[in-house]
Amino acid sequence: MTIAEQRNDSIMSEPDPSGRFGEFGGRFVPETLVPACQELEAGFKEAWADPQWREELHVALRDYAGRPSGLSECHRLGEKLGLRLLLKREDLNHTGSHKINNVLGQAFLAKRMGKTRLVAETGAGQHGVASATAAALLGMECKVYMGAVDVERQALNVFRMKLLGAEVEAVHSGSRTLKDAVNEAMRDWVATVGDTHYCLGSVMGPHPYPWMVRQFHRVIGDEAREQARALLGDDPDVVTACVGGGSNAIGIFSGFVDTRSRLVGVEPRGGAAVTRAVPGVVHGMRSYLMQDEYGQVEEAHSISAGLDYPGIGPEHSYLSSINRAEYPTVTDEEVVEAFQLLSRTEGIIPALEPAHALAWLVREAHTMQGQTVLLNLSGRGDKDVGQMMDVLKDRL
Amino acid sequence: MTVDLSTSLRSSRDAGRKLLVPYITGGYPGWQDAIRACAANGADAVEIGIPFSDPVMDGPVIQRASQAALEGGTTPQSVLEEVPSLDVGIPLAVMTYYNLVHHDGPIRFANRLAEAGVTGAILPDLPLEESDDWAEAADAAGVATIMLAAPTAPDERLPRIVARARGFVYSVGLLGVTGERDSLAETATALAGRLKAVTDTPVLVGVGVSNAEQAAAAVKVADGVIQGASMVRRLMESGPDEVGRYVAEVRAAIDAV
Repeated sequence: MTIAEQRNDSIMSEPDPSGRFGEFGGRFVPETLVPACQELEAGFKEAWADPQWREELHVALRDYAGRPSGLSECHRLGEKLGLRLLLKREDLNHTGSHKINNVLGQAFLAKRMGKTRLVAETGAGQHGVASATAAALLGMECKVYMGAVDVERQALNVFRMKLLGAEVEAVHSGSRTLKDAVNEAMRDWVATVGDTHYCLGSVMGPHPYPWMVRQFHRVIGDEAREQARALLGDDPDVVTACVGGGSNAIGIFSGFVDTRSRLVGVEPRGGAAVTRAVPGVVHGMRSYLMQDEYGQVEEAHSISAGLDYPGIGPEHSYLSSINRAEYPTVTDEEVVEAFQLLSRTEGIIPALEPAHALAWLVREAHTMQGQTVLLNLSGRGDKDVGQMMDVLKDRL
Repeated sequence: MTVDLSTSLRSSRDAGRKLLVPYITGGYPGWQDAIRACAANGADAVEIGIPFSDPVMDGPVIQRASQAALEGGTTPQSVLEEVPSLDVGIPLAVMTYYNLVHHDGPIRFANRLAEAGVTGAILPDLPLEESDDWAEAADAAGVATIMLAAPTAPDERLPRIVARARGFVYSVGLLGVTGERDSLAETATALAGRLKAVTDTPVLVGVGVSNAEQAAAAVKVADGVIQGASMVRRLMESGPDEVGRYVAEVRAAIDAV
């Protein structure tokens, strides 16, 4: 148990009994799923309080996923930007992103609760690959729903999931991206709730998901705080991460929310739920949501499949509403530049998702001269290389 | 003329009639005529779907109808504006998802329904624990909040659901989303029986009641049925007249029980 978990005065403490962070969160699901959510909440609380189960998870994170992930200082890029830049290397985890933290937690929990099958949604495919991986590890069945648009732009991850033994179903409804994959995964869960666990991939959805997934990812922030203090003798001035649903951001924020560090979650310009700041209810939660004048959910647009989501996890809406974190946006073009910049100056090809946080940093670096900045490099760029070949073919 | 859902369904049920409530997606071409055809052929009420972008409780048929309606420019307002002119002489309820209510605000949305002559509402993604704001507003506006009960509910949950229900209780027929199935799930009559044991409010089975034969089987236990996908598929494939013919067929089957 970490110091922050023992505090009950933390800004990120447990949600209230209805699953709310301030006025955000809740459990807006069909009646069929209410008992399953209640069971999951009870099962998670019990497992989380069980030292033996926590130790099993800890060992898996260490020996299977490769934790702790490193902290790399970017000397060349830092000098170029006029600041001190540290990367939390979630890209070095097994399966290539932070997603494995949450998936191992949920899969171990599902197994403990007697479930034999996982369903998952995926955008970029990272959560799908992590879910397929955990299912293979634990001998569970796995079905992954993925928007048809994403199946096309992330073909490599589709193949990886199949190789790992998962069934991948392309979703052709609505915008055919992440939001529609969530709808389809929920429809599956409504029909299969007896033997199936819905392995939700972000800090979103009905209670207890936003809270549970945050707890599984807080290892990022807890490690990074210790690592940063060892290196800097202090907390960083700025902690930044990209935000779609917001799981990697909440993970790293959780280590710093009670420090002086400035917290910055970066959204794509075409998926700016917090900038618009209109609350809505979809996918089981009340949170900021891009919607039209009648309340129909709008389609997000982003170069990165993983951030192509019109909503945001409820705890982010809360952190924004109390002015503890800020949520600026960047354009696809800025992301493409940042993607290349990190590759050339540091020899690290980032995923397009964390390239959003880097794009914000590059644009705003002039306001942070001499400061220390910790950026959560949530995933590696291998999955994006095919897509970027098309984007950059005439520029390299 | 507005007909009140709660009083109308209860008096029909008490008179020994089995209740038939078709669902029609509002805004889908021909929807007004389909509702008139339902009324003319023996429906006791009609559930009008206000299409939503992310209908998580709906299967492929109603998803397609909703998407087509939205692409045709349908809005909650455009559906509600048409309701008074339907003038079908049976009660009308709406089925939609909570974000459309939340976006308007529960009080304003409930008042809009009441002004249009709608006297019932079904919100499948608003479970008991989240329903207070809406249910209070709906009660005040004279709109019956039709609560759903699912086969997964433990016994202790059902009395709390029926206590909150107005109009009728929507007994979800199976584990799954709306759509036609080859046979009626065993859960359909089992849950209806559990609900009938704890309430005097009419209990209607919906989700997975796919034809006249299944409707007849369901009403052996339940007070009636809701039929959605089988109605909407006929509307999309053949038009309003075929919906009317089908309603008559189901009517005859449940009257013979």
